[in-house]
Amino acid sequence: MSISKDVLPGDAIHRGPPVTVNRYGPAKRINHWITATCLILLLLSGLALFHPSLFFLTGLFGGGQNTRMLHPWIGVVLFVSFFILFAQLWRANLPNRVDVQWVSQINDVVAGHEEKLPEIGKYNAGQKFIFWGMAFFIIVLIGSGLMIWDQYFGESTPILLRRIAVLVHSVSAVLIIMLFILHVYAAIWTRGTLSAMTRGTVTGGWAWRHHRKWLKELAGRGRIDPAE
Amino acid sequence: MTNAWTDIKNTDLVVVMGGNAAEAHPCGFKWVTEAKAHRGAKLIVVDPRYTRTASVSDYYAPIRQGTDIAFLNGVMKYCIDNGKVQWEYMKAFTNASYIVKDGFAYKDGLFTGYDPEKRDYDKSSWDYVLGEDGFVTTDPTLAHPRCVWNLLKDHLAPYTPEMVERICGTPKEKFLKVAEMISECSTPTKTMTSMYALGWTQHSSGSQNIRAMAMLQLILGNIGVRGGGMNALRGHSNIQGLTDLGLMSHLLTGYLTMPSEKDETFETYMSTRLFKPLRPGQTSYWQNYKKFMVSFQKAMWGDFARADNDWAFNYLSKLDVPSYDVLRMFELMYDGKVNGYICQGFNPILAFPNRDKNTKALSNLKWLVTMDPLETETARFWENHGDFNPVDTAAIQTEVFQLPTTCFAEEEGSLTNSGRWLQWHWAGGTPPGEAKHDTWIIAQIFLRLRDLYRKEGGAFPDPVVNLSWDYADPNEPTPEELAKEINGRALTDLMDPADPTKMLVPAGKQVLNFSQLRDDGSTMSGCWIYSGCFNEQGNNMARRDNHDPDETGAYLGWTFAWPLNRRTLYNRASCDLQGKAWDPTRKIIEWDGTKWSGYDVPDIAPNAKPEDVGPFIMNQEGTARLFTRGLMRDGPFPAHMEPFESPVANVFNPKMRGNPVARVFQTDAAQLGQSDEFPYAATSYRLTEHFHFWTKHNRVNAALQPEFFVEISEELASEKGIEKGGWVRVWSKRGSVKAKALVTKRIRPLICDGKTVHVVGIPLHWGFTGAAKKGFGPNSLVPFVGDANIETPESKAFLVNIEPTTPPQEGIA
Amino acid sequence: MMDSPRTAVSNPPVQPMETNLTPRDLVRRSATAELPPPERQLTPVAKLIDVSKCIGCKACQSACVEWNDTHPEIEENVGVYDNPHDLTENMFTLMRFTEWINPENDNLEWLIRKDGCMHCADPGCLKACPAPGAIVQYSNGIVDFIHENCIGCGYCVKGCPFNIPRISKVDHRAYKCTLCSDRVAVGQGPACAKACPTQAIVFGTKEDMKSHAEERITDLKSRGYENAGLYDPPGVGGTHVMYVLHHADKPHIYANLPDDPKISGIVQAWKGVTKYVGLAAMGVAAAGAVLHGIFGKANKVQPEDEENAEKLVDAAEGRKEDA
Repeated sequence: MSISKDVLPGDAIHRGPPVTVNRYGPAKRINHWITATCLILLLLSGLALFHPSLFFLTGLFGGGQNTRMLHPWIGVVLFVSFFILFAQLWRANLPNRVDVQWVSQINDVVAGHEEKLPEIGKYNAGQKFIFWGMAFFIIVLIGSGLMIWDQYFGESTPILLRRIAVLVHSVSAVLIIMLFILHVYAAIWTRGTLSAMTRGTVTGGWAWRHHRKWLKELAGRGRIDPAE
Repeated sequence: MTNAWTDIKNTDLVVVMGGNAAEAHPCGFKWVTEAKAHRGAKLIVVDPRYTRTASVSDYYAPIRQGTDIAFLNGVMKYCIDNGKVQWEYMKAFTNASYIVKDGFAYKDGLFTGYDPEKRDYDKSSWDYVLGEDGFVTTDPTLAHPRCVWNLLKDHLAPYTPEMVERICGTPKEKFLKVAEMISECSTPTKTMTSMYALGWTQHSSGSQNIRAMAMLQLILGNIGVRGGGMNALRGHSNIQGLTDLGLMSHLLTGYLTMPSEKDETFETYMSTRLFKPLRPGQTSYWQNYKKFMVSFQKAMWGDFARADNDWAFNYLSKLDVPSYDVLRMFELMYDGKVNGYICQGFNPILAFPNRDKNTKALSNLKWLVTMDPLETETARFWENHGDFNPVDTAAIQTEVFQLPTTCFAEEEGSLTNSGRWLQWHWAGGTPPGEAKHDTWIIAQIFLRLRDLYRKEGGAFPDPVVNLSWDYADPNEPTPEELAKEINGRALTDLMDPADPTKMLVPAGKQVLNFSQLRDDGSTMSGCWIYSGCFNEQGNNMARRDNHDPDETGAYLGWTFAWPLNRRTLYNRASCDLQGKAWDPTRKIIEWDGTKWSGYDVPDIAPNAKPEDVGPFIMNQEGTARLFTRGLMRDGPFPAHMEPFESPVANVFNPKMRGNPVARVFQTDAAQLGQSDEFPYAATSYRLTEHFHFWTKHNRVNAALQPEFFVEISEELASEKGIEKGGWVRVWSKRGSVKAKALVTKRIRPLICDGKTVHVVGIPLHWGFTGAAKKGFGPNSLVPFVGDANIETPESKAFLVNIEPTTPPQEGIA
Repeated sequence: MMDSPRTAVSNPPVQPMETNLTPRDLVRRSATAELPPPERQLTPVAKLIDVSKCIGCKACQSACVEWNDTHPEIEENVGVYDNPHDLTENMFTLMRFTEWINPENDNLEWLIRKDGCMHCADPGCLKACPAPGAIVQYSNGIVDFIHENCIGCGYCVKGCPFNIPRISKVDHRAYKCTLCSDRVAVGQGPACAKACPTQAIVFGTKEDMKSHAEERITDLKSRGYENAGLYDPPGVGGTHVMYVLHHADKPHIYANLPDDPKISGIVQAWKGVTKYVGLAAMGVAAAGAVLHGIFGKANKVQPEDEENAEKLVDAAEGRKEDA
């Protein structure tokens, strides 16, 4: 059996009943939540500077000056944090033929007719889209963000580039926020998902329903712990 | 200035040559912009560099430094050749028609009577032909071949546009354009003003530079008129006051002169100073010399100056040399012949030529007292600052006393500006720390010295012991007391000479002005030309009435101008022989048939008939001199002389170096460089961001122009591999400096006598004290020679070499 | 209409003047949607800089430093007359020197331009500013930075078509020429204009300054500067700092003065369409998610899924035990 990209270190099944499956270990979860926290803080502080009607959000950070000062540093933390996660997950997120099938049946996805979909590995195309989208926008945001980080890099780039950077930064921010909404909503809509990032486990049924290929692979490889 | 700053607005053409008014006198320069904006006046700049003044000029012509006489002689020739002369003015108001002695001539760059051993002229042939009546013989038709006019024309003949280009490096067409613009001011209704400064004076032929322009102004009829004149822009707010009050070794106050050893008695002294008129009916105002001199002596020694002791004439020291100017004093110090030096408000280590020599000179002193509100390099000359002041401190035994003084804003008194206005000002702040007024310090020194002389006697204590010191607080005379003393007062009741029953001034009261001074000891006055500044009407210097009827620019109610509150000197010359203004739209004064009156104080006796009395009342002739007889050491006409250090030889006499009669000390002669070793023509100047060596202490000025630099052309930079903003070393036969290179299009190489001449510009505001970056001054490089007549150092034209280098070291090497 | 000071020369006639340039004189306020209209209109003012009269003495820089009590650094000489080398948070105005050879006659011209805030009628800085009230525009035309509201983000730098504002590295606030609003408010002209020895900088009502400029342009044309003109660029709605240029046909020769300045299209896009569309898109996405959450059917794991999982695990365990 070839080594599957879908099975990551730490992924394992616990015998039930009910069956539970280890989806994310503690390190990944901490990593994720640092990233998520940063993203939320960036969203709040960024939006405060994005539209006057949201300027009041600077109050959360101790005023405009602090917001301006903190936002880029949070961005740096997010960047580092995200790419530690990225390094571990990128192989599992490489697209394959199944993803094409999944996308072509997006109506069934939205309608919840998963029985009509092919079996999915650790990540479906939607999750992969969010993963790569996040990665792409974070790179764009950190790049453009550095150019407009006036405190340290104010004079490092020509004014035209800085103007482009500020536009790119804000457009990217809008898009990453939409991606973020999609990510959060999908996690909520798909019940049972949140526990993957809270307790680190999902139920066997969740895995069977959404990531059957992954579950089968785990089972097939004997990644099964004895019942507790 | 013959005119006033405010009068410049009346001009049609401003010629800035030998100066950089916009840069060095930005506030006064506003009057040029007024003239340009409201009269459509044009501005011409002639300078080796395209200066800030040039940046707002209508026409700019380059010139090699030190060749102004050739240029101006060329312009004079152009005007005469093209009939652009204000004939009536020139004939009546100058000595053009006077006949000159037969012996006088000019050949090979020299006038008659040159003695190379003495480096001096026998000037006996440089004089008029006098008639039996004692008056000059004249030929009003100007036909006589020996009249001044024809001699002048002969003298100017070589100065063709081609010759000007050859000497000055000014392209012929640029010279001709300037000459044409200037020549247009020969009409009575067009005037030109000359604004100059140290760009003309700091040459070995500096006095002749100014003379050349004065002569040009005379043949154009521009002296004494509104918007005309010779306007020397003084470099300090009170440097005019310095010369007026005689702070020069050969002068007393008000341009009375120090006696020399030859003047053994008061009688001999007076005999060479009471100038008799050389033409009938002329004023020759110096005939009043004795009144001013006796009043001065009375101001100095009061009751100790009496008729029976020749007004204490022997209390005055007698000069054994022509002058103890700064160059001579430092030469003496250098030779170890001076023990002590009180240096008041001066920074010789950065100001005088040949810094190395100055440092050695100061090192030879027993003691040095500096009086300055700011730290000066002179007070710290013994301190090692690495490359910036590489002295061996331990080897210097001079004891230095630094006395902090107040600055202008902390004291009351008057400042005399370039336009001869005595402007009173009041203290705006209290002195910081231990700072004391200069008057207090001098009083303390005097009182202690007097005590010593009283106690110990000495060879001749009288002048000190008997000095008049009549102040309410002898420890600190007040500015008002001093001003009143300068104005003068009656010592006994002064009766009207025309009506002895009528009292003019009761004893003890201030005289109205110098017209009331007497030679019988009944009056005293510290400085006759200032008399009128503080009379019984009060402190006229404090007047602040800025009304200006008909906007003539006179402002008679604003402060006080010497002499007699007169704003334009020679203003009688603004009228024709009938006493009517040459230009009715620019009237200053006019003759109404019985007297002179107008917007200004007439510069002539109020009842002097216009056809009889000439306007130049200080001259024996009553006219202005195109030919100066023996009054100037280097010739009665201005002739082209090269600077002592010149990249090209004198075209009239290639063997002649510099000014043939300028004084050169032996040690300095050996330190003159040759153009093969030092090929580049250097000049020094100020920048508008700074004021001398003061403002480098101010963080604002220091930020605006932080660091020493030299300016060179792009051509020289590429020839020498010098980069913009890189370090260069500039050195002369006397010293070496390191500076940042400012490579500019504003300096371009000149072609002089077929040779490419590169100009190196060296500004002067940096030293090793203050807030700005440490730097050097051009004086490290300047030769120790001065003008032949007045010994102003030749800081504007000398030779250097230049190369790229490494940054200077700050610390002790 | 309430009058504004009409001159900056020394000792102007002192007339009592009602305090102005208060919050009720604002016509624009950064990041503020609904600004009440100003209670009165002040006469528009302007500073006119006649480049042809300027001698580059830097008295304006000095006066600016003194009046605003700033502390520019003492830098090095880098081979030019421009010092400090650029505008800084401590140097609101700067003489910029350009040595230009006129191609028409091969004559050198030393062009000296006093750089600083132009006080645009349509200020890009204000448009870009995210902090409410950090940048304001008064009805007399002055664009001013209110430092206590400034957050130091540097957006104004990007918004400015003239590259003027500078952010302090010390207090992280943006600084630029205020047109001496604190002097103008009490009837005085700007410090630089007062200090200018040649009156190359003059101050007064915009109308007066325009007619003064006309006189100057006539004079310059009479001196052979055929293209002399007024720089009051329409691309930013005109400015309250204007130049008289001898070569008004090519402003760029004056140390890169923009030929036709306008607020950058990029900045317009950022502060225009992006701001509104972006906010709308995010709002719609969030609302859509919420609505779908409420009204849509959640994707729930079914009991049979759990059973299937158990079966799978059992089967796999079986295989494991068999093996």
